[in-house]
Amino acid sequence: MPPSTAGPPAPSPAAAPAAFDADRRWALHPGVAVRPEPFGALLYDFRTRRLTFLKDRRLLDVVTALADQPSALAACRAAGVEPDGEARYAAALGRLAAAGMLVPAQDATRAGQ
Amino acid sequence: MTTTRLVDHFERGLDAPICLTWELTYACNLSCVHCLSSSGRRDPRELTTAQAEAVIDELERMQVFYVNIGGGEPTVRPDFWHLVDYATAHHVGVKFSTNGVRITPEVARRLAASDYVDVQISLDGATAEVNDAVRGPGSYDVALRAMAHLRDAGFRGFKLSVVVTRENVTQLDAFKAIADAHGAQLRLTRLRPSGRGADVWDELHPLPEQQRGLYDWLVAHGEAVLTGDSFFHLSPYGAASGERLPGLNLCGAGRVVCLIDPVGDVYACPFAIHESFLAGNVLGPGGFTAVWRTSELFAELREPSGGGACASCGHYDACRGGCMAAKFFTGLPLDGPDPECVRGFGADALLARGDVPPPRPSLDHSHRTAPRSRPVPVSIGRHAPAGRPVSACEENPLAGFVP
Repeated sequence: MPPSTAGPPAPSPAAAPAAFDADRRWALHPGVAVRPEPFGALLYDFRTRRLTFLKDRRLLDVVTALADQPSALAACRAAGVEPDGEARYAAALGRLAAAGMLVPAQDATRAGQ
Repeated sequence: MTTTRLVDHFERGLDAPICLTWELTYACNLSCVHCLSSSGRRDPRELTTAQAEAVIDELERMQVFYVNIGGGEPTVRPDFWHLVDYATAHHVGVKFSTNGVRITPEVARRLAASDYVDVQISLDGATAEVNDAVRGPGSYDVALRAMAHLRDAGFRGFKLSVVVTRENVTQLDAFKAIADAHGAQLRLTRLRPSGRGADVWDELHPLPEQQRGLYDWLVAHGEAVLTGDSFFHLSPYGAASGERLPGLNLCGAGRVVCLIDPVGDVYACPFAIHESFLAGNVLGPGGFTAVWRTSELFAELREPSGGGACASCGHYDACRGGCMAAKFFTGLPLDGPDPECVRGFGADALLARGDVPPPRPSLDHSHRTAPRSRPVPVSIGRHAPAGRPVSACEENPLAGFVP
């Protein structure tokens, strides 16, 4: 059966930590696997063995875009998030960051690219 | 934003299971009285190493994040550690269930070093007396020794897995204490009338008032205690308070979970090893992927069910009729209440089922003899030659002569 630790339904702005900086570059932690699904995606963190559901296909697009964009906000725009939805998606990303699944991208590794 | 509830997506099934159980062998050093796979003896048709590797390749392609490996006792397979390494090298995480028999200090150190391997030690009593009555003499000590090795190796967060019974339901706090003392996480699961469990379910399944206590205990501990979603049939207890059990709270059989048995047969769930729930075999054309995506049985299970006899019950949305396997192996209709229905409809249905015996498991790999750990009833004594009658055909002239 799916683990009872099945993750928080996202996005949910209320639970987002205030510390998430949407203006910086973020990346999915290499220990996290993503499986696209019709409803969004399944995220599995091999380190914590926690399963999280992205209940929104666009949120998956945002997460996928993170690697190629200079900031989380830019990733939202690249994925087609409307300006009035940005705060909601940033909050969802904040929850993933709080769970350690998103990490600040290493600028050093990006610098040479 | 999608308006379909997540639970509805899951009921219709996914392109690949979220997690699946894979029993690698029917061989086991124990003979637990409630074994859901009636394990004991190896099956000569069990998948070879190469066939098992091919299954792992498929799971990688399907992006199955992890498999729950069990048995039998999976670690007795000579290629067990190889298959674990093969799976993790192919991005398929492994959580394996064991009675602890092979968890030496050295193995524990190796396991502690991997992010991709999780271990689940089975224990069904917080005391040797309660545990060994179900799992066999000495099994408590073996499990505790394995847990100590894992703790000493620095493995944090491995699982202590307990099947809740009438006898151990009073020990929940003690189980939690054992888990905490070893840096482990407690996992409680439901006793099913599957496999040999069918023979002991009547005596061992928790009584109604115990179920209530169990539910409250689970709610109080929230996500700190895992359940593998196995107590969703108790969900209606939360109707008054609004407190929910963590998890999806639905039957995932053939929708988000399934079982691959040691010979490669694919069943709807680990608790339904019966030909009625057999969807195909991984060695067939198209492999596991074809079974998962095209089997008629799984397509049927993914059809919305109206709720049958439960449709008019106000709690149907909470328990969704309970566990298919529990109903099947107690001889109840699949579209009616769970035998442990919290409103008592299951108990009524059990009384009403008459003299027709419930279906038996299709397979039985139980030890034909008592396992070694049980005493062997023989009497040892000197052969008394004087008592032996002399044959009428005896040619020896001294036959029957005792000096």
